[in-house]
Formats: sequence, structure tokens, C-alpha cells
Amino acid sequence: MILGGGGGPIPGSFETTGRGPRLLSGGGRRAAAISTVSTVAVLAALVAVFLLAPGSAQVRHTFFSPANMWQAFIGNPKKGYYSVGEALWLNIRMFIAAEILILILALVIALVRLSTSPVMFPFRVLSMIYVDFFRGVPLLLVILAIGFGVPALRLPVVSAQAVAVYGVAALVLSYSAYVSEVYRAGLNSVHQSQVAAARSLGLSQAATLRYVVLPQAVRNVVPPLLNDFISLQKDTALVGVLGAIEANEAAQIYSSTVFNYSSYTVAAILFLLLTIPLARFTDRVIDRDRRRRLAGAQP
Amino acid sequence: MTAPEAGPGARPPAEGEAIRIEGLRKSFGAHEVLRGIDLSVATHEVICLIGASGSGKSTLLRCLNLLEPIDAGRISLWGQEITGAEVDPNLVRKYIGIVFQSFNLFPHMTVLRNITLAPVKARGVSRAQAEQEARALLDRFGLLDRQSDYPDRLSGGQQQRVAIVRALAMRPQIMLLDEVTSALVLDVIRELAAGGMTMLIATHEMGFARDIANRVCFLAEGAIIEDAPPSVLFTDPKDERTRRFLRRIVDAGRL
Repeated sequence: MILGGGGGPIPGSFETTGRGPRLLSGGGRRAAAISTVSTVAVLAALVAVFLLAPGSAQVRHTFFSPANMWQAFIGNPKKGYYSVGEALWLNIRMFIAAEILILILALVIALVRLSTSPVMFPFRVLSMIYVDFFRGVPLLLVILAIGFGVPALRLPVVSAQAVAVYGVAALVLSYSAYVSEVYRAGLNSVHQSQVAAARSLGLSQAATLRYVVLPQAVRNVVPPLLNDFISLQKDTALVGVLGAIEANEAAQIYSSTVFNYSSYTVAAILFLLLTIPLARFTDRVIDRDRRRRLAGAQP
Repeated sequence: MTAPEAGPGARPPAEGEAIRIEGLRKSFGAHEVLRGIDLSVATHEVICLIGASGSGKSTLLRCLNLLEPIDAGRISLWGQEITGAEVDPNLVRKYIGIVFQSFNLFPHMTVLRNITLAPVKARGVSRAQAEQEARALLDRFGLLDRQSDYPDRLSGGQQQRVAIVRALAMRPQIMLLDEVTSALVLDVIRELAAGGMTMLIATHEMGFARDIANRVCFLAEGAIIEDAPPSVLFTDPKDERTRRFLRRIVDAGRL
């Protein structure tokens, strides 16, 4: 210790554990082996807890009975229950209709909120109240209010729609409030210098928004947007409270007819099959976009 | 090379006084950035604006392009005031191209799309024709092989040249350039000057300014302190502040 420091080890004596460098040496193979063993151990422990629990046999029969799952999946109207698989089709249709309408309505709201013209002032206030209101009220209440309230008004046409239509309307009203905030964040994330560049080239305000600001804004918020849509896919199940035979409602009818909850497991699996591809698709979109920009590939 | 022609519509006279700035004032909040600028630029003239960072060079250029609303004074192009309330800024901008300090290329578009967007959407040129013109310009500035690249993939100098080409594609009569640095870009600007383009260039490259400018304006604290041909301003500056500024530049080895 020539310099008389704290008396600590001099460089060269760091490697005192004798284990060798962490993570790196031994290559990926050692890391892979460790992660495999760890995964198997954790899974085995979870399965053991499930199987050895005192009520395991009962739970397995109530929630995971293969025969019941199959019956719930294909349905049997003569016995008083519907196919959960078929009912999912209603969820999918509600989801697609709602998603398209949300993307449009939410964008309009976001643009109104970000407008600066004094003429737009009342609309800015309205859109702010709208977002505050629908983000604050639970979706279930919105569905109930619209699903039971609008038909009770006995208006021509408006009050004579299918239950799913009211469900979609409620989903659109509620989710547009959230998604408009996502859009707003995206629009704000585009730097003002991009607007200056576009306007300096003689592009109108509308053209600047359409070709320069919006594409970048949407690109920046694709992950949160798709995240909201994954959650929208699941929330279509709430429309079941209005009596629409969607997957969750069909599962409930099965369980209260046959007294077995395996139908819910079927519904859960179906929802997973619906949402996981969307999640992977999201990853792909983000990846592709990033790679394309970094690699400077052909358009 | 010849100066790019004006777009369709009224074509301003290609001679006489191109730009006239009178008593221009601009504040950001309580900070007055421009404190009464008077400047006259003749057609085909090249003016370099020099001065320390924060002296108001960039703001002056942005005001000329109507990107910043002004607080007082007036700006005229070929005798027509453009700072009036009834003037359509989009029309004015068709005559004035600007290249920003940070280039501001559109990151989500290829080089070619960056250049053709405005001609197609604002000048009403067909896409095919706009692409043909853009390729010709890219070829002239040695960038044709980068036409399908995204801006992220280009070097700073290449990005600046693309930004110049993007502005030129609108066939402006006047070019405003904010902070040009890379050597290749300087060559491009020399070529534009030789072609008779009227230019206002903010720069820190004194050698370049001396080389290319018809007149050099020294700005400090939002005012033009000295306005003289480079042969005079760089060798026999009248104002003490100009002398101090140039001395610092010389000491830094940049002249």
C-alpha cells in the first residue's frame, strides 16, 4: 500500500471468491442450464402445491373437468346452455366495432383538446369534461346506464337496438376517454421543430398534422394503444350483464345450469387465445418499425 | 447552375430589393431577443449573420419565414409587406426556403419522401414529377444513393444537405440557412450563391463568411451592430463590440 489508502485490496486481488466472472464465462450454456433447472423447480413446486392441497380433487373437478369443459365449449341449447366458443364470436365482433370507433372518436377528442384556436374553446372544455367523466365512472356502470337507460327512453330507432349495440356504445364512450389521453401524449411527444419544418415548406396546418405529426405520434404510442386494446378485448365480457350471450355470460349460464365452473376455464382460455396473439403482434410491430428505421431499408 | 424558378402563381421580380426589414422587434416572454432590426437585402445578394450564440440570428431567420409572430416592425418581400394580418403565410413560404440548425428532417420518411412531400402536397406537383425533380437535386448534391434511406442513417453533413435539397425542391427565391458547418454543405452553398440565389446565412464559420458573403452583419444583443462587406468588417471593424467578438474568434483559431 504505497499510497496508503484505506488498506483495501489492490487491483488484481478483486477475484477472491474463486467463482470466476459472473454470468459471462461458461457462456450462454451455463446460464441456459441454470434457468431451465430453476423454471422446472418453480413449476414443479406450484403443481405440487396445487395437487397436494386438501381440496385439490374437488377444485380439479369443479374447474378443470375435461368433459365439462368440452360440453361448455360446444354448448347444448336443449339442455339450457350455449356454446362458449360460439359466444366468443360476439366478443370478437363487439371488440372490432368498438376498436374502430374508439380510434376515431379518441383522435377527435385529443385534437380538440390540443387545439389552440379561441373558436374551439367551448369544445376544449367539453372534451375535458368528457374525459374526466368517463375515466372516473366505472365501465360497468356506464354499460348498465346505457344498456338499460337508453331502451327505457323508448325513442324511435335509438331505443330499439340489440343489447350488444348498447354494450359497444358504452365501451366506446369509456375507452375513448382513455385512448384520447394516449393520443394526446403521442401528439405532444412530436417535437415542435417538426411542425416548424413542415410549415416552413408551405404545408398547411392540416397537411402538417396528417403527414408529419400524426404518423410520428401514433408510432410513439403503439404500445400503450395496443395495451388498451388488449384490455378492451377482455372488457367486452362485461356486456354480459345486459344479457348478451357473450363468452363470459355463456360460461355463467353453463355453470348455473350444470353446477360446474369448468365453463369459466374455457372462457378464460379463449380470452387468452385472443389476447396473446395481439400482444405478440404488438411486439412485432414495434420491432419492425425500429429495425426499419435503423437499417434504412427500402420503404 | 441557374436559380430555381418560382412556382406557379405571381412571380416576384428577380431584381431590386428582395427583403426589407424595418424596426423588427421580437420578445419571448420578458426577454427581448430582437431589438429593432433594420436590414435591406438585394436580389442575388448573400448576407452572412455572425454573432455569439443568443444574439438573435436564428430568431431573425425564423421571423423572416413567419414562423415567429413579430411584436413590432415590418418585413417586406419585393416591396410587399408580409407581416400584415391578411397575408397567407403558406404563400410567403413558397418563396422563402429555410434550413434549420437541427435540420428537422422527418424521421418517419425516406430521404426521397422528405423532399417530395411539400412539392406534392403544397405545390400540387404530381408525385412522379416531384420524384424526378428530387432525384435530380439529390444527384447534384451527391446524395442519390441515399434516396431510400431514413434520416437516422445519414451523417450530420448528409442530413444538412438533404434539408437544403428539401427546401430547394419548393423552388424558393430566397434561402435562409441557420448555422451551416460541414465542408460539403459549404460547397453546396457556394454553388447556390454562384447561381444567384438570394441568401441569408447565420454562421460561425468566419472563413466561409469572408469567402462567400457580399455583406456581413454582426449581431449582438438583438441588434445589428455592424453591417459591412467582409473585406471591411473582418479587417477594419468600426465598433468595439465587433472587434472584441472577432478577437475571441481569432484566439479560438477559427479565423
